[in-house]
Parts: sequence; C-alpha cells; structure tokens
Amino acid sequence: MSTSTLMIIAMLLPLFGALVISRLNKAPNIREVITIITSASLLGIVIAIFNQLSQGNVERIVLAEPFNGIAIAFSIESLGMMFALVASSLWLVTSIYAIGYMRAHHEKHQTRFYALFAIAIAAVMAICFADNLFTLFLFYEVLTLSTYPLVTHSGDEKAKKSGRIYLGVLMGSSIGLFLLGVLLVWHFTGSLEFTDGGIVDGKIPAYWIAPVYALFILGIGKAAVMPMHKWLPAAMVAPTPVSALLHAVAVVKAGVFAILKVTLLIFGPDTIVESGANHWLIWLPMLTILLASLVAMTKDNLKERLAYSTISQLSYIVLGAMLANSMGLLGGTLHIAMHAFGKISLFFAAGAILVTLHKTKISELSGMGRKMPFTFTVFLIGTLSIIGLPPFGGMWSKWYLALGTIDFTGPDFTRWALLGTLMLSSLLNIAYLAVIPVKAFFGKIELGQEIKAKEAPLPCLVGMAIPAIICLILFFYPEPFYSLARAATLSL
Amino acid sequence: MIEYILGHINYWIIIVLMMIGLYTMMSRPNLIKKMVGLSVFQTGVILLYISMAKVTGGTAPIVAEGFTTYSNPLPQVLMLTAIVVGVATTALGFALIVRIKEAYGTIEEDELEMMDNEE
Amino acid sequence: MIEQQLSILLVVLPLLAAPIIAVINRSSIAWAMTLSVTVCCLIMSVWMLSGVVDGSVIHYELGGWAPPWGIEYRIDTLNGLVALIVCGIAAATALYAKRSVEQEIPKHQIPMFYCAFLLCFLGLLGICLTGDIFNLFVFLEVSSLSSYALIAMGRNRKALTASFHYLVLGTLGATFFLIGVGLAYGATGTLNMADLSVRLPQAVDTHLVNTAFALIVVGVALKAAIYPLHLWLPNAYSFAPSVVSIFLSATATKVAIYVLIRCLFHVYSVEYVTNTLLPQLLIVMGGVAVLYGSMRAIGQTGMRKMLAYSSVAQIGYMIMGIGFLTEAGLTASLIHLFNHALMKAALFMAAGLFIYRANTATFENIKGLGREMPWTFAAMVIAALSLIGVPGTVGFVSKWQLLQAALEENHWPMVVIILVGSLLAIIYVWKLIEVLYFQPREKMRVTGVASGSENIGRSPISMAVTLWILALSCIYFGINTELSMDTAKSAVEILFAADGGQR
Repeated sequence: MSTSTLMIIAMLLPLFGALVISRLNKAPNIREVITIITSASLLGIVIAIFNQLSQGNVERIVLAEPFNGIAIAFSIESLGMMFALVASSLWLVTSIYAIGYMRAHHEKHQTRFYALFAIAIAAVMAICFADNLFTLFLFYEVLTLSTYPLVTHSGDEKAKKSGRIYLGVLMGSSIGLFLLGVLLVWHFTGSLEFTDGGIVDGKIPAYWIAPVYALFILGIGKAAVMPMHKWLPAAMVAPTPVSALLHAVAVVKAGVFAILKVTLLIFGPDTIVESGANHWLIWLPMLTILLASLVAMTKDNLKERLAYSTISQLSYIVLGAMLANSMGLLGGTLHIAMHAFGKISLFFAAGAILVTLHKTKISELSGMGRKMPFTFTVFLIGTLSIIGLPPFGGMWSKWYLALGTIDFTGPDFTRWALLGTLMLSSLLNIAYLAVIPVKAFFGKIELGQEIKAKEAPLPCLVGMAIPAIICLILFFYPEPFYSLARAATLSL
Repeated sequence: MIEYILGHINYWIIIVLMMIGLYTMMSRPNLIKKMVGLSVFQTGVILLYISMAKVTGGTAPIVAEGFTTYSNPLPQVLMLTAIVVGVATTALGFALIVRIKEAYGTIEEDELEMMDNEE
Repeated sequence: MIEQQLSILLVVLPLLAAPIIAVINRSSIAWAMTLSVTVCCLIMSVWMLSGVVDGSVIHYELGGWAPPWGIEYRIDTLNGLVALIVCGIAAATALYAKRSVEQEIPKHQIPMFYCAFLLCFLGLLGICLTGDIFNLFVFLEVSSLSSYALIAMGRNRKALTASFHYLVLGTLGATFFLIGVGLAYGATGTLNMADLSVRLPQAVDTHLVNTAFALIVVGVALKAAIYPLHLWLPNAYSFAPSVVSIFLSATATKVAIYVLIRCLFHVYSVEYVTNTLLPQLLIVMGGVAVLYGSMRAIGQTGMRKMLAYSSVAQIGYMIMGIGFLTEAGLTASLIHLFNHALMKAALFMAAGLFIYRANTATFENIKGLGREMPWTFAAMVIAALSLIGVPGTVGFVSKWQLLQAALEENHWPMVVIILVGSLLAIIYVWKLIEVLYFQPREKMRVTGVASGSENIGRSPISMAVTLWILALSCIYFGINTELSMDTAKSAVEILFAADGGQR
C-alpha cells in the first residue's frame, strides 16, 4: 500500500472503531475486543508508515483547500512519525489497562468513553501527519473538543467546573493567541507550509519575531507553559486512563509537538537565535519547570501531583525547542517519547492504587508498597526514568538537553541559570516523586489501615508492565526514537 | 433670507409636519396616538414627493393641445403606491393594537412595559 | 435567455401561490404548496446564480419598458448570491415548518400563516432582484408588513408588543429610506439604480445628494438592526413562532445588509463613501456591536433571546467588513452573510425543536434536555461551534477573512475585538451547552400539551433532518468554500471594478 493510503487509514481507522464501539453498548466484551483490535491494527499501520518513511516514500495528500494557498493537507516527516509511534503504541497499552480499570472502578457510560477515546486518537493522528500550520491548528481544536466530554465524564459539579477551566484555557488561548499567531505568520509571509529552516526569515520584521513567537508559546495552551497550565490539574477529574493517555501523552504532547514544529519548520532555529527572541522567552519554560515542581510538592492528591510533574516536564521540551540548537532540539524531541513512557507508567500505577485501595492521597500510601509490590515497582521505574537516572530511557533526553544548554548562545547568566534549573529540578523531582515509592516500601502502615490489599486486576497489571519495561529497554536501545529525533533535527 | 424661507415655504411646512409626527410618535405612550404620529409622518413624505413634482406653470400631465409644460407625473404615481403601503401599515398597526388590548387590557406603553417586566 | 425569465418567475411564483393558499384555506395543502414553491425557487435561484457567477448580468425589463423609465430586474453575482441564501433558507424552513407550525399556530390560522410566510419570502426576494430603488422600497414594505404579522402570531403575548415596536421602528426606517430616495430622485431625476450611479456624481446639488445618502443609510441601518438601531430585534426574534424566527434571523437582516452594500458601493460609489464619515462610523459601530451583542447574549436566560443578541454581534462583524471599504473586507462581509445565515438558521431550528418538546426555550425549562435529545443537541453543538469560529466550520472561514481584511488595513483594535468577540462567544455558547447537558433534568414543566401526548416523546423526523442538513452544511462550507468564497469574490470584483458595475 502507498504511504498516502496508509495515512488515510491511520486517521480513519480510529473513527471507524469509534463508530462500531458506539453501537456495542449492550455487548461490553465485544466492544473491548474491538477496541483492542482497532488499537493493535493502528499500531501496525503506523509501523507500516514508518517503514515507508525509512524507505523515503513520502507523499502528500490534499484533502481540501478552503482558502487560496491554505490547504487541509497531510504528509509525514520524522517528528510526526515519532509522535504517531508513541501515541499509537500507548493507545494499545492504555486500551488493555482501561478494560481492567473501568470495570473494577464501575465507571458509567463506558461505551461513550471508549468511542470518544478513539475519536481523540484520530485527531492526534491527524495532528501527527499535518502538513501545514493550518491543518495542525484545525485538528488541535478538534482534539480539544473531543477530549472535553472525557474530562467531564462523570458529569458531576466538580467535573463541570473542571470542564469549564479546561475549555476556557485551551479554547481561549488557542483562539485569542494561537490563531492570532497563525494569522500574523500568514499575513507577513503568505504561506503556512512547514518548510525546513522556516518560512519567516526575512519576511517578518526582526522586532516582530519575539512577540509572534511568544504568541505561539502561550497560545499553544496544551503545552501548559505557565501561566497557561491551569487546565491540566483541572483535567485530572477524568478517569485515570484518560489522564494517562491524553493528559500525559496525547494531548499535552500534541501541544509541545506543535511548538517544536513551529520552532523547526515555521520560524527556523536560526531565525530565532538571530533575533534573540529566545534569550528572554526561555525564562518562561525555565520558571515553569521550577514553579511547577514546587507546586507539586505541596499537592497531596496523587494525580494532581503527577499533573504538576507533567507541567514541569513539558517545559523541558519547550525549553529544548527554545534553545534552538541541535542538541537542545534533539533532547526536547526525544523527551516527548521518554517522558511519555515514564509518565504513563506513573499514571497507571496511580490508577491501580485508586482501584484497589480507593486512595487518592499520597499521605495515606505509607507502607502500601509492601502490599502491592508490583504496582509500586512500576511506579518506581517510572519515577527514576522521569528523574533521568540510568538505566532508564529518561536519561538520554535529559543528557542531550544538558548538552544543549551548554551550547546556548544567549547571555552567560541565562546559560548558567538554565544549567542550574536542570540540576535543581532533578533534585526537586526526587523530592516530590521518588519520595512516594520510598515511603510506600519502607514507611509504617498507619493504624486502622491494615486492609487486605491485593494487586490490581490482570489487564491493569499487563498494561502497567509494558511501558515500564519499555522505559528500561529505551536506555539500552533508544531506537527508533533516537534516529527519528536525529532526522528531525538534522537540518541544523 | 426671507425670500429663501418663503420660496421654500412648502418644504418648511412639510418639515414641520414630519416633526410633529415624529414627536407624537416618540412622546405619547398611547399606542393609537403613536400610530397617528406615524401616519402624519408618512403623509409628510407623500407631500414632499408631490411638491417636488410640481413644475411652475405646469398643468396636470395629460397630453392636450396648447400645453407644453406638465408637472412630473412619476412622483405622483409613486405616491399612489406609498399611500397603499401606508394604509396597509396603519391597518396592521391598529389590528395589533386591538390584539394588545385583548391580551393586556391596556394600550398605554408604560403599563405594557410594567406588565411585561413582571413576568 | 431562460435565466432572464427566471428572475421574474422567482417573484411571480410566490406572488401567485400566496393568494391561492389563502383562498383554498386548507392547512395541509398550504404547507405542500409552500414547500413546492420554495423548492422551485431554490432550484431557479441556483440556476440563475450559475448564469451570473462569471460576472455577466441578467436584465429583465418589466412590461417591456426599457430602463431607466421602466422597472428593471438586474441580477449580478451579488444579488444572485443573496437570492440563493433567501431561497435556500426558505426551502429549509418550509421543510422544517409543518409540525412546528401545527403545534404553535391555531389550526384555522395555519393557511394564513403560510400565506404571510410566502409574502414575506416574496418581498425579500424582490428586494434582492430589483434594479429599481423605489421598487425596492415597495418590496421592503411587503416583506416588513408580512413579517410584522408573522411575529405577532407568537404564542406569548409579548409577541404582540414586540411586533408593534418592530412595526413602528420598521416603518420609520422605511420612511427615512423613502425620503432619501425622493431626494436622490430630486437630484438626478431617475430611480433606476444603475442609472443613479451614473448621474449622482454629476448632480449639481451636492447637499441634496449628501442628505439623501444619510437618510438612506439610516433607514437601511434600522432594518438591518445595526447597533444602536437594533432595539427591535431581540424581542421580535425571541417571541415570534419558531419557524418565523428561523426564517427572519437568517434572511431579513441579511437582505437589509445587502441593500446597504448595494447603496454604498453601487448607487453611490466607493470614492464617494470614502470621503464621508461613514466608514469610520461603521467600523466603530461594528466593533461596539460585537462586544455589546456578545455581552448581552451572555446575560440572557433564554435560548432564543441569547441567539438574538448573538445576531446583533454577528451583524457587527458584517458591518465592520463593509466599513473597511476594501475588497477583502467586503468579501469577508459577504461570506459571513452566507455563513451566518446557515448557522443561525440551524441554531434557531434546534431552539424550535426544544420548544416543540418542552414548549419553551428558557434555560430553566430546557435543563438537561440535551441528554434526552442527543441528535438535536449534537447538531446544535456543531452550529454553535461555527458561531465561535472553530476551524473546520463556516464561522472560521468568515472570521479568518475578516481578520485578514483588518490586518491589511492595520486596524489592530478591530483584530483584537474580533478575537475577543470569539472568546465571548465561547462563554455564551458553553453556558447553553452546560444548561442542556450538565444540569440535572427537572420534571418537565409542560403547559398546553395533553398528558401522554407523543410530542413529549420524540422529535419529528422532518424537523430533525432539516436541522442536520444545515448543521452538516456548516461543516461542508467550512471546508469546501468554493461556492461562498468564489461567488463573494466575483461579486466584490464587479462592485470594485473601474466602471462601478455598469453593465
């Protein structure tokens, strides 16, 4: 099959799956089999596309052209390929996990849940394959809208309130700032095509580059750069599989993916360095990394703490993009994959704890590690990978990011501040993440807490084990992500 | 100056007429009086057209021997249509007033507003 | 050749059908005739538009009197497009109308309702097609008079006062327009619009020309509900029968805006308008309308009133585009004219369905109704997203064009206002969605429906299907903009052409 056919299938397959799933309300078993089959075949197709890409078969599909020169078009390049691989493989894992979770937790409206989940994945695939900024923007909004019902899944007052914040921040920033940025790029350059080395060079007046770039950094609210981060903790009211896949992987990564694309293919790292835009804008992700870590320490709710950890980790990627040199961009790109596998392990473990112990507070977990050794081992692996310790995959991205900061061309003070931030943040990571499994394994079980704890249902355990093992494998063999990230940033 | 005013006396009268209509429409809370004001205002416009069409020394626009100057017939024809429209508007307005009286029991605008706001 | 006959048939067909309906006086026949007439008109208008989209102009001389003496119907791309909008919405409304009208209008009035509906439709079409400015006034009054009657048929007694206010203000606007026409005639001696556009610049008495301009603009602005002359609109739309609010919200103000465009760019010229205060005034009023309309929409407690205020805001976008006086701005306005008709009609149709089920559309009474009517709700969400301007929907297309136009002219405050308007739209749209979906369903407070009536149980297929057709076209025309964009562009090119559209 040709690349373009495969790409169309990759985008339509989840939609088709959603359609079938939504009809199977009465037969939960068949419904879940369908979910797994859909996600497995999606992974297969994405791998087939990967093969095509490595053979150099790149094609462009134009779906429609609403405006002269602005088309809804798709094609494939390394960065998008990497994101597609991460998202589709983790969808499969999440589907397995969700079966155990949703049943054990007696969630309502499971059919709606699975169907909307599939639609969100279709939107993510379209974002991966977007060939120009307009298409990216279009499906960015579709993703926001399709995940909104997932956030408000339970439909109670709290979910409604969170839904408001979710939509308010994401839609508000994207329409108020992102759209304005897209419009300005179009106004100045007359093009929205992704081009190696960017399209703005010499077309946008130098003093405009920093403000327009800032519009993108803040306007792409999904990247959760402070002060646009409020929606992510709010979204944690959603069921755990949603938090895991969408709010640690698909949605937030769509945000940083968009920022990377804009940096690499719209502005071009060289233009950003020349204009000096990143010299002061880089303080945004830097402060986000630190502040989010500090806020995370104050949160006792496990999922909220993970959310703030995600905010901090996402800013690593934004930071990598803003370093605008090859090492920094490589590290940032690689971190998309590495953080995804680490963070999803953490969320799965948190979900398993919720299902079996019905506990959401970290303070209540003391000593529980001895009751649920498997779950907390997974949690520990995820933690270590996120901190960036060997022998886990997370080390590589942090390593390249550190190399990137040394190459940073801005003022010396900023460079030292960057290095300091990376160091300090790793320490903070230990303080707020590593403390959880340590306490769980070695802490005292509080009085009145001697419950007969058991491990989570089998599908949950299987789902948890896979990303944890991958974290380990990625340290020794970081392919294909390394070569894809390398190829994406090679043009520098 | 005086010549200017006298020379355009018909227009001054029309303007005064229209202003009377407009003022009545705005100042009277009674719906029927509002309709009266509207009618006066419309009549002013009709007169405006008619007096525009008058040509000094012209006769009625009927072709006949011995006459060379005629008044412009077109505005008069237009005003026939406008009168029909005006009558229809007035009729519809009165029909509405009858229905309002049935539904509310009053046709004073301030009372109507009070009743509407209460709901 | 045949296109020429089409232009007059479009007006004659409803004109013949209306009295026949009144005479036959049977409600089912009335509906069938209305539907077939509007569908025929839709087909004819598509045919006609395809004949003029390349920039050619159709002339039809009424009674064989050559213009400028006789009345001429003159169809170029601009009025071809507006006529298509009117016919399309009328056909959709007619398809939707049957069950809704049966429920809302007393049985003996139904034939007269359809009769008035056709007259209103005919009036609006006539405004679009005629090339004679006095004839335009007559059609304006035909459509207005029938719409006053239609609005007054609303079940709430407030419909009567709303209709009366509309009557007073509408007549005032039309009369202002008439004075303006009279003065223009006094200055030039002609009523044919093409002829006027030649003679106005040569007119000796510029005072007369200027006064005529001011009066025409004010008169039309009243009809188009341009802020601050919008006062009649919210009540008229929210208390009229559902079918009437669908039809009027999507067509009446649009046609008035067409008249404004025709007068500014064709009868008077771009050069003339540039030298007046009007462009700045239109831009400022448009901006204020966007903010004011959206703010008021947020504060409303009923779905239809909220939509009505949102209309005030959306008209603001169109006015702003006209005020830029550039090709890009006018194109944006025309596209928004088309797009807004689609989405507002869809939204009012959804409101109509809620009214059909719950007998009212105030927020208090439609709580949680979205869960019981998922299909209606889904279609409404699509149309509501268009209102916000989410990419992939029609709303985005027009906003994108308008933003372009504003940037071209470096109107930064307007760029900000357009974006803020979208953000405010998110707030009111989401307020509606939350009411419909997240608020717990209370015991249905039904009045005027017999218990066990099947109305409560399900929505009529015809109503739901029409709603979905419009909702899907909100997406289709958001992705494939060939029809709206190309037609609008060609219309604007003609208006801006060096000869001022003299063909």
